[in-house]
Amino acid sequence: MDMGAEFVQLSLAPILIGILAAVACALPGNFLLLRRQALIGDAISHVALPGIVVAFLVTGTIAAWPMMVGAAGAAVVAVGLIEAIKRLGRVEPGAAMGVVFTTLFAAGVLLLEQSDTSGVHIDVEHALYGNLESLIWFSATGWSSLLDLDALAGLPPQLFRLAVVLAVIVLFMVAFWKELAISTFDPEFARSIGIRTGSVGFALVVAAAIAAVAAFDAVGSIIVIAMFVCPPATARLMTDRLGRQIAWSVLFATTAAIAGYVFAGYGPLWFGSPYAVSAAGMIATVAGVQLGLACLIGPRRRRTGHAAAAQ
Amino acid sequence: MTALEHFLTALTLQAGYNSALVAVGAGLLGIAGGGAGAFVFLRKRALVSDAVTHATLPGVAIAFIVMVLLGGDGRWLPGLILGSAASAAIGLMAVEWITARTRLGEDAAIGAVLSVFFGLGIVLLTVIQTMEGGKQAGLDSFLLGSTAGMLIGEAVLIAAAGAVAVGLVVLLRRPMTMVAFDPDYAATLGIDVRRTDLAMMGLALIVTVIGLKVVGLILVVAMLIIPPVAARFWTDRVDRLILISAAIGGVSGYLGAALSAAAADMPTGPIIVLVAFALFAVSLAFSPRRGVLASALRHRRFQHRVHLRQGLLAMARGEAIYDRLTLAILRRRGLIRGDGVITQEGRGAAGRAQLDETRWSTARRLRADDPVLERYDGLTPIDEHLTSDQVAHLDSLLPKPEST
Repeated sequence: MDMGAEFVQLSLAPILIGILAAVACALPGNFLLLRRQALIGDAISHVALPGIVVAFLVTGTIAAWPMMVGAAGAAVVAVGLIEAIKRLGRVEPGAAMGVVFTTLFAAGVLLLEQSDTSGVHIDVEHALYGNLESLIWFSATGWSSLLDLDALAGLPPQLFRLAVVLAVIVLFMVAFWKELAISTFDPEFARSIGIRTGSVGFALVVAAAIAAVAAFDAVGSIIVIAMFVCPPATARLMTDRLGRQIAWSVLFATTAAIAGYVFAGYGPLWFGSPYAVSAAGMIATVAGVQLGLACLIGPRRRRTGHAAAAQ
Repeated sequence: MTALEHFLTALTLQAGYNSALVAVGAGLLGIAGGGAGAFVFLRKRALVSDAVTHATLPGVAIAFIVMVLLGGDGRWLPGLILGSAASAAIGLMAVEWITARTRLGEDAAIGAVLSVFFGLGIVLLTVIQTMEGGKQAGLDSFLLGSTAGMLIGEAVLIAAAGAVAVGLVVLLRRPMTMVAFDPDYAATLGIDVRRTDLAMMGLALIVTVIGLKVVGLILVVAMLIIPPVAARFWTDRVDRLILISAAIGGVSGYLGAALSAAAADMPTGPIIVLVAFALFAVSLAFSPRRGVLASALRHRRFQHRVHLRQGLLAMARGEAIYDRLTLAILRRRGLIRGDGVITQEGRGAAGRAQLDETRWSTARRLRADDPVLERYDGLTPIDEHLTSDQVAHLDSLLPKPEST
């Protein structure tokens, strides 16, 4: 088999899935970042574990859709619990979030240990860092397979799921662009012109949860958390304009996914080691390097105006 | 032996020297976590510790690799703890640096550091798996904690470090309390706020690295967050908050470790976290000051007073009452009969309510700018705010009651 065929079979699908997952998380991440809710992605990915375990216990299968429903349900439960604790106990938001996601994660681990999941492949490590490398395209024989319907049907199903989810998120952002943008930058003004800011905020969290859950299924929670925060944060240091920030974040998410996968698979070879390292971890690391560079040399890295004066 | 007997054996430290040490160590860890966490909570930096805990992973992995390359045993706990402390400190500095030097908020800094350090740690763990002798590294136990098969030396180390951390909380409590309570005032007293903050996060870091082996790095942050949030329900005073938080942490650690020792498939970390959450849930529900039950009762009492007052005023004006709750309250107090007819007692109470209302409105008209009279809430009798002389004077000014 020539190099091209090997690449198509082993690496094309994981790279595409990595890109789709990264972009699907980075898009809503832009708004979460500007709203100072960057840690919602962190909370959602912690609570997905109990959701998946419960879905498995209820359905007895590890099919993708029940798992995704379970994880999304857990995310909704978590957001509800955080709100309830904040309001009922008048607890500060960060602390309420910390209480909820650690507890739900602990419950997920306990459930996993207590139930008989030995015969199936769900474990904590898998949930944390996924298995991007295993999503290979068996039926591909080379670049020509891209035109072969039979071969295309053999693509990993995660690819289609993520493509659908990404399309939904893009549609949501295009359709509610004005509402999202105004309620993010000036909630008072948004309310005064009749935008229901509460609903917009909730819809954003739901979009983030959908992205997180779909990506989580394919690539594990590390990429999800990293992609919610790092590409948007890097982009924020490049420009003052929302549209450009989103474009930059898509670029950073895409390059992090590609570079991370390549470094993980081929990097060790350059050091003479025959073994690959974790692609999910490497993608997060590359995203971190991008952010670090932007913190040092990004053209818009400093605070300006009131925020700078308050320092 | 049943599970309960196992549990009681472990609880009373009779389940073997090892389990006893682990339980004591987890208890001390909980006390230190609750104490340090109280300061972190008061400074509203609960989630910074989440970044710090996740940032330990690359340090653990690098320490393992270095120790193996030097020809030693990669699993030597003091070495791993040193490595984790170093990388957690770098993570903490990164959060502070990003927050201070760029336009990004603390939440973004926390999320970035948390995910990137964790991702790097995972990369290094997969490197270790390919190393000679790395296959059985067992570093996975640092993710979720594991006390099964812990060496006695490790248990002693954890118990001792926990005791040291408790000692540090006690030593540093004065400046940390001042800074947590009012940083500006603390600065005027000559306390270095920045250094005290650093000491506080350093303490959180110590708790984290000791907790790695017991609770695991994903959940150890719960030892810093949950106890103070639970403790906050029981007191408004900083010194008591710290004590209660430490107590809740200690009980969670000790009970959780004992429970986990009692059954085979009960992982220590999650059990400790769930015990802490149970204590939090009890606090949320039953605290007499801020608990859900107490405020529901307070709300009900207030609602009853409003309905009673409005019902009495309606009776005095001879209006019909339709509100079900009002009718039920009046009936229960014997102010109206089952068929809705006003009783003798009801007539008296209605008259008194009407008189009070008239006194209030007259007084408020006469002395519109009197701050005492601004306390009018439509519920409290005016003689609770004015002296009997003032009330008598007021009565002499009242319009003559219309004869009916």
